[in-house]
Amino acid sequence: MTASTALEHILEGLEQADGHAGLQVAIEALRDEMNVDHMVYHWVDSAGDQYGCGTYPAEWVQRYLDQNYLRVDPVIAGCYQRFHPVDWKRLDWSSKASRAFQKEAISYGVGNQGFSVPIRGPNGQFALFTVSHSGNDADWAAFTEEHTRSMLLIAHAFNHKALDLEPDRTPEHAQALSPREVDAVTLLAMGYNRAQVAQTLTISEHTVRVYVESARFKLGAMNTTHAVARAISRGLIVV
Amino acid sequence: MLRYIYGDQLKAHERLAAEMFRDRADQFKIRLNWEVNVDAHGFERDEYDDLNPLYVIWENADGTHGGSMRLLPTVGRVMVNEHFPHLLGGGSISSLTIWECTRFCLSRGANPKVAAALMLAGGEIMEGFGVEHFVGVFDARMVRIYRRIGSSPEVLGQEGEGRVQISVGLWHFASVAKAQVAQKAGLSPEISRLWFDRAFGSKECAELAKVG
Repeated sequence: MTASTALEHILEGLEQADGHAGLQVAIEALRDEMNVDHMVYHWVDSAGDQYGCGTYPAEWVQRYLDQNYLRVDPVIAGCYQRFHPVDWKRLDWSSKASRAFQKEAISYGVGNQGFSVPIRGPNGQFALFTVSHSGNDADWAAFTEEHTRSMLLIAHAFNHKALDLEPDRTPEHAQALSPREVDAVTLLAMGYNRAQVAQTLTISEHTVRVYVESARFKLGAMNTTHAVARAISRGLIVV
Repeated sequence: MLRYIYGDQLKAHERLAAEMFRDRADQFKIRLNWEVNVDAHGFERDEYDDLNPLYVIWENADGTHGGSMRLLPTVGRVMVNEHFPHLLGGGSISSLTIWECTRFCLSRGANPKVAAALMLAGGEIMEGFGVEHFVGVFDARMVRIYRRIGSSPEVLGQEGEGRVQISVGLWHFASVAKAQVAQKAGLSPEISRLWFDRAFGSKECAELAKVG
């Protein structure tokens, strides 16, 4: 199985999950598949309720909660109210409290490297998806460079599922494919290449890419092939 | 210089922010006659300014506002999906890798290089944050300006005529285009990168801090 199909397979499982246990299974599998030390998904809603899943050691999670490290964690300070992904190196670790916090986190095995994706959901929902690892700067830079897209997608997939599992969630939140997205994905499913899709819809190939990109995210798909498969299996397109 | 400022950080740049909202009123209400609200302070603000967007602002050497744009990720509430779905062919655009760019504004008499500098900032954001496309809402005059600086969006749809014409379009930055836009802006890519790093934290500085 190639790396990409393995990820697809795990995300497929996440999509099918009918409870929070499924999120935990998926995050452990993704952590192993991406070969990193840790992966965490953490959500805070407007009422301040927290929920999360991930692979941090239980002792560290407990320690974090007991000490209320939300207040000193530069990752939280740097991501809350923001929407750009952050390499931990770019955060402000200059205060004494945050340096002590970092040292302690490393001693619990969190790792010295990290990448966090903040997500803004509906009604003030805020979530954070993090990948952390122990390693040198060059290797980490190469990893984030290669996997930024995957991490954005996985972050989105977890948030999507977490919203899905909310009891009072309004059903219309589930995002429908737009007519243009349906057109583009349908033509791809018929075996057209991007140039042919563009020509058929009289739009540019770049614009085809935008529609396919948006459809992929809505479908939680790793790549175009995966998006086509999902659209077909959900009956969203007819080929 | 280019500044990258989230809505909740504007209070630290009170004068610059006030000028931005006044210049927006001047451009969109007075010059273009768009149906926008201008408040008692003379500020053009709308509901999307309340969503803590990321503003990119060109600050002139004397500290005044030269031009600006407003960015929001399309996974949340955005103008194109709520006001212009018909120009997108129906439905919505939504992806963590597609951000919306609205209220692209140039102050009266701004140096033409300002528009290029703002586009260059767009390139930094794409490179730095894994953003692959911008979907934008802009006026007819901007179509010419974008073309002149060599970063024309692909127009998906338009409505209205003349001054009140509104377009929705897409940008796709290639890294090649970044060098070209930097040239049009009269800026070196290194300086642009420095401003970006200053706003979002530099990897190198953090390393030095750790050693020291």
